[in-house]
Amino acid sequence: MEDITSEILQQVLAESEKYSPEAFTPDDVREAIEKQKRSQRDFAALLSPAAAELLEPIAERAKIETAQYFGNGIRLFTPLYLANYCVNQCVYCAFNGSNKILRGKLTRDEIIRELNAIAVTGLDEILLLTGESREKSDVEYIAEAVETAAGIFSTVGLEIYPLDTGEYAYLREKGADFVSVYQETYDTAIYESVHPAGPKRCFSYRFNAQERAILGGMRGVSFGALLGLGDFRRDAFAAGLHAWLLQQKYPHAEVSFSVPRLRSFENHPEGGSHSVGERELLQVMLALRLFMPFAGITISTRERAGFRDNVLGLCATKISAGVSVGVGGHESEQKGSEQFDISDPRSVDEIHRAIQTRGLQPVYTDYIRV
Amino acid sequence: MNDKLILGGREFSSRLILGSGKFSLELIRAAIEFGGAEIVTLALRRANLKGNQSILDYIPESVTLLPNTSGARTAEEALRIARLSRELGCGDFIKVEVISDSKYLLPDNMETIRAVEMLSREGFVVLPYMHPDLSAARRMRDAGAAAIMPLGAPIGSNMGLLTRDFIKILIAEIDLPIIVDAGIGRPSQACEAMELGCAAVMANTAIATAGDVAAMACAFRLAIEAGRAAFLAKPGRILESGGEASSPLTGFLED
Repeated sequence: MEDITSEILQQVLAESEKYSPEAFTPDDVREAIEKQKRSQRDFAALLSPAAAELLEPIAERAKIETAQYFGNGIRLFTPLYLANYCVNQCVYCAFNGSNKILRGKLTRDEIIRELNAIAVTGLDEILLLTGESREKSDVEYIAEAVETAAGIFSTVGLEIYPLDTGEYAYLREKGADFVSVYQETYDTAIYESVHPAGPKRCFSYRFNAQERAILGGMRGVSFGALLGLGDFRRDAFAAGLHAWLLQQKYPHAEVSFSVPRLRSFENHPEGGSHSVGERELLQVMLALRLFMPFAGITISTRERAGFRDNVLGLCATKISAGVSVGVGGHESEQKGSEQFDISDPRSVDEIHRAIQTRGLQPVYTDYIRV
Repeated sequence: MNDKLILGGREFSSRLILGSGKFSLELIRAAIEFGGAEIVTLALRRANLKGNQSILDYIPESVTLLPNTSGARTAEEALRIARLSRELGCGDFIKVEVISDSKYLLPDNMETIRAVEMLSREGFVVLPYMHPDLSAARRMRDAGAAAIMPLGAPIGSNMGLLTRDFIKILIAEIDLPIIVDAGIGRPSQACEAMELGCAAVMANTAIATAGDVAAMACAFRLAIEAGRAAFLAKPGRILESGGEASSPLTGFLED
């Protein structure tokens, strides 16, 4: 594992440890809403319990800033799970290596067929995913998929296990553009307890993945915590700061967020102690929007249609459509079990119409590979 | 009155250049019609030439496309996008946007100068989006730019002519059309830019996010026409308040 020794990790951990959500008053929040350029402290205030009582004025401001930076455009994409073999044992994940689920990986021909079936829907951005298995889904396997995808789609994103800089550079050369890596939680003690085995146990290697991706030439990177694993306010604060510091260091890099929250899965019944409701989730999205108005926010099919539709244009700028979270499943029967239950099974056409109904513009292409 | 905007050897009656990136496609046609725009910018990365809903279907053929190189971070990338634009039949006009900051989206003047050099050599009509710096504008002119497009304020900010004094310097010193690009949020600001002597104004967010897109496009058209008319009429001196000399200061001269 490559060690790039970045100062950002220590900064994020130190600042998030100091963060005390209870210390903020409604006046701090109101001040943060009014500002043109917001500081780390304003972001902290917007994530605090005090801000939870002021969601409406925060939302009003977020809507204006979303329009200012993104206009009426909403980008569409869909994920394609290439393989679900995994050597990690993340306790919250259905792909956990010790779970007895149907495992599989797509062959080269299946990948081509799946990608073509997706392209027929009009989508032009694809996100390729795998579990973590350098044996079953190695970098060369992923590179082949990337090369195929880049011939069909204008934008290729990756949501795979963290790689070394040279490996990212290799995948970039094959046509990958963006990389998503979610830290899950920035609380190192919880991180260790929910990742009992596998390479994912190494917190810093995962943390520095976005920076290695940028150094490898990727155009942009995505951040996020799996809200609900730890204190969601602190985790959201850390994820925002992580992205903020990386963008400061690499001003050309595009940064964006995803905001997954824990839902029911094989090892985890609904309603744990840190559970994050829609209200809390929206607060996190709005706080991210106001802290980094230039950053994209993606809303996943983990959320119900009514929630997803309403956050579009308010704070979210990108939405998945026609989603399958099993291995394959777009063109033929899926070859492996799902990672989680989706709450919004709508097709690309249905999502397209839902976006238009809200007076927004579905955007299929907003990127040119140069 | 024969008051045409001339760019790359072509004549235009309208001095409103419409951006297209922040619109809902259905509203673009209305904005063009009510704003009277004859030039519409188009981000090549948004052109979506294989999808079922291409932005090009919403732009009347009579309108001149001004493709831009958004997404480029270096001069070489801008060149590749411009060549692609030409291959796709989008014409020889190219608005150079080279941006290497994802937070403010401010232009990189140094890379932009290099891009203007490369693109002019390939015969493009080059309109560089830039930060209003006189030296950079001179270099872009010398490199063959057809116009200079300084920003009024950060893109999408609607803050207006924050760079007013520097744009005035460009108008005074650079013998090319000066077109304010980015930051114009209100018709009054567009009017002021024209009154100062800008050759045209570009607007996108201000119209695209208005409550009534068509009505706002119309308001911009009228404001730009009024500002242009005022410029041509040569505005009178604005009297400052304060003391006035009671007798001529040079009255003592004998011959």
